[in-house]
Amino acid sequence: MNKIVSLLCGIVFGIGLVISEMINPEKVLGFLNIFRDWDPSLAFVMIGALVVSTPVFHLFKNKKKPLFSSNFLIPSNKEVDKKLIIGSVFFGAGWGLIGLCPGPAITSLALLNMNSALFVTSMFAGFYICLKVN
Amino acid sequence: MNIVNFTPITALSGGLLIGLSVALFFIFNGRMIGISGIASNFLISKDNRIENFLFLFGLILGPLIYNQITGREINISISSSLILLIIGGVLVGFGTKLSSGCTSGHGISGISRFSLRSIIATVTFMIVGILTVLITGIV
Repeated sequence: MNKIVSLLCGIVFGIGLVISEMINPEKVLGFLNIFRDWDPSLAFVMIGALVVSTPVFHLFKNKKKPLFSSNFLIPSNKEVDKKLIIGSVFFGAGWGLIGLCPGPAITSLALLNMNSALFVTSMFAGFYICLKVN
Repeated sequence: MNIVNFTPITALSGGLLIGLSVALFFIFNGRMIGISGIASNFLISKDNRIENFLFLFGLILGPLIYNQITGREINISISSSLILLIIGGVLVGFGTKLSSGCTSGHGISGISRFSLRSIIATVTFMIVGILTVLITGIV
């Protein structure tokens, strides 16, 4: 059952990225362009997502176990360290350079866009490089 | 500053669906969605590999199903040069792996949990993203 949930959640997430237009790098770059022509739309994407996910998380986090799995897996790391900051700086630079983050990048593969395929391949290379140097 | 291309209704509707996906995944599978985590774990870890694959496959099915239901074309425009796409992709992959999260993992799932780490990460990548757009707009 949790495999079906994974597939369905992927589909719903992907459709959400399409409807909100987060899949379009131009829209994302418009959001980050606050000093010139600013498109505030993506703030509303985050608000919409948080309005649903926040109460659900806090309602269910103390339950014994999830419905289709043996236990909850909630990140336990609370340390604000160099890796968190440096990683976020690198990510922000790549995001601002192209306008793609991991979710929209992978979702945009559906459009058979060669530019997004190149970006996703490079992103997977980035995962691998990070793993090798750490 | 001018406000341009503002689409609050579609942004909010899409956001609600993204939140629904995060909420259902937590209730049923017990994990908080972070797409950089799911993608990098799919690449390097045997744990939950099928679930991770199916989620990523679902992401790609999303636009196709949307297109089938609504009949609307999805247009995106990526105007960056090939070398910038490679640099940007590596930065995004390396950075999200090092900081253990991206826009979804820190920006949505982490903030839902009121995680200080995620709030700091989100503020950091937003500020750096804004500065990057500011700089690339000048040069």
